[in-house]
Amino acid sequence: MASAHTQALPRPVLRPRPAFSLRRWTEREGVFSWLMVIPPTLFLAALVGYPFIYGIWLSLENRPVAQAGTFVGLANFITDLHDPVFWQVAQNTFVYTFSATALKMAGGLALALVMNQDFKFKNLIRAVMLLPFIIPTVLSTIAWMWILDPSFSVINWFLIHWGIANPGPSWLGNPSIAMFSLIMVNTWRGLPFYAITLLAGLQTISPELYEAATIDGASTFARFRYITAPLLKPVIFIVTMFSVIFTFSDFQLVYVLTRGGPANATHLFATYAFDVAMSGGQFGLGASIALSMLPPLALLIAGMAWYMRGEKT
Amino acid sequence: MAVERRGWHVRAVKLWLPLGFFMVFNLFPFYWMTITSLKPNSELYSRKIMPLVVYHPTLEHFINLLTETSFLRWTYNTMLVAVVSTAISLIFGVMLAYPLARMRFAGAALISFAVAATYLVPQPLLFIPLADIINHLGLGDTLTSVILTYPTLLVPFCAWLLMGYFKSVPHELEDAARIDGATRLQTMFRIFLPLCIPGFISAGIFAFTLAQNEFLYALIFLTKTDVRTVPIGAIAELVRGDVFYWGQLMAAALLGSIPVAIIYSFFVEHYVAGLTSGGVKA
Repeated sequence: MASAHTQALPRPVLRPRPAFSLRRWTEREGVFSWLMVIPPTLFLAALVGYPFIYGIWLSLENRPVAQAGTFVGLANFITDLHDPVFWQVAQNTFVYTFSATALKMAGGLALALVMNQDFKFKNLIRAVMLLPFIIPTVLSTIAWMWILDPSFSVINWFLIHWGIANPGPSWLGNPSIAMFSLIMVNTWRGLPFYAITLLAGLQTISPELYEAATIDGASTFARFRYITAPLLKPVIFIVTMFSVIFTFSDFQLVYVLTRGGPANATHLFATYAFDVAMSGGQFGLGASIALSMLPPLALLIAGMAWYMRGEKT
Repeated sequence: MAVERRGWHVRAVKLWLPLGFFMVFNLFPFYWMTITSLKPNSELYSRKIMPLVVYHPTLEHFINLLTETSFLRWTYNTMLVAVVSTAISLIFGVMLAYPLARMRFAGAALISFAVAATYLVPQPLLFIPLADIINHLGLGDTLTSVILTYPTLLVPFCAWLLMGYFKSVPHELEDAARIDGATRLQTMFRIFLPLCIPGFISAGIFAFTLAQNEFLYALIFLTKTDVRTVPIGAIAELVRGDVFYWGQLMAAALLGSIPVAIIYSFFVEHYVAGLTSGGVKA
């Protein structure tokens, strides 16, 4: 017994290594992580990755709706390049994206600076200001459709009533005014997002910087130019990137307000692709129009990233 | 006295004037929506009377909307789709965000890049192939088609937002649970996720409003009255050819906006936190 006791102390490693244990295996960090990540990744691969690749394939086919397609190489893209409407669509999309983004940025920054002061009911006013961004776009666009109605536009009622114009402009019926109207509505919807995000950015800037600058005699403009603007730049970059992507690929506003008319003056890539694919039944050609969004969009974002190089952290 | 008066003027010019302008600009369409829905047709289609007020308010358009169209059905569909796709997106969002934010594993960078990339893929790039795929699967005109596709828009967003939130939670509690022998799954469910409720509310509200807002997929996949959502129903069925049922359109727009507005008003702070986290923390 005594000898057994002395032997028990330095017990050698005789415990057999357990056979493969599922439980222990899943407890490993890498395994656990991958088990978690795989289902959502497969989901996104199936419903984003696969359609994306399939879209590229479709764009290389002549594919009438509900029929088998035939491979035609780059013929659809060549058709696009010879289509005057396609070029008008490209121009419209750029005009729309640049104007609306610039207006949203300027207006959003102005609103953010205004709201960065102390005043009563600040949180309430901020919440209310965001409404255009919260309410489903199509529903608020219905209100705009009535505001811009050819016969009963409330804007025109005032223009006529005050003797400024009679009859008032046809907000959605005149090609150049229609584009202006769309830009206005897009700005209306996107401006609050800019404003609230920039406001949050402004609030992260330490007030001490402004105090120090004021003591050194910096003017209001100088404080904005040398403190606010550089510190806000990363936030502006992110917001602008989102805005550019979603304005460039906008569909809802145009579909509801003008369906691309009058005379294609307000067609964007998305609505034109929709028309060709869904109304015209030419899936392949439509896919090629939709895909044409990608290179300019990628260039825009790359350009912005290049402009911002070295700014982020 | 002079200083005080000057202060008041400056404040009016720097604060109240621009604030008032933006308030009117931002809110006028909602005001217009509301009063139009209350106007009788005689006022609606009159070019003579002052349009900014209602002289004889009526609920006629609301009653017609609720009795003559499938508006209630559309509302039910919209809610069902929004709730289910938000739930799916939160679950998938956690499954992506938890490992990416809290663990180290080979391939993490690749996965987070893929998630960011899917976030930035604009919908119009995918709708044509997706329409074909949904047709092949025989899911056209079913709510399943949108319940399946909405999460593709919401999951990357939820994952991104939750990752930011998860990273801000300290590690100590999880470490303690692990030392006491809890499995990784137990640690996640019992210790970690309950700490992140505010993050879920932010992501959930955001996903819910995005799902309510979606138009393109619903327009393409849902072509029958019974399966339509509110925006599609309003655009497709309250505009017949050249005839616009303006009163009903406005009533539909107003009623369709109310659920979102109510939920938003309860969780404004969470919403704003979610909205700004993407831009400010990045």
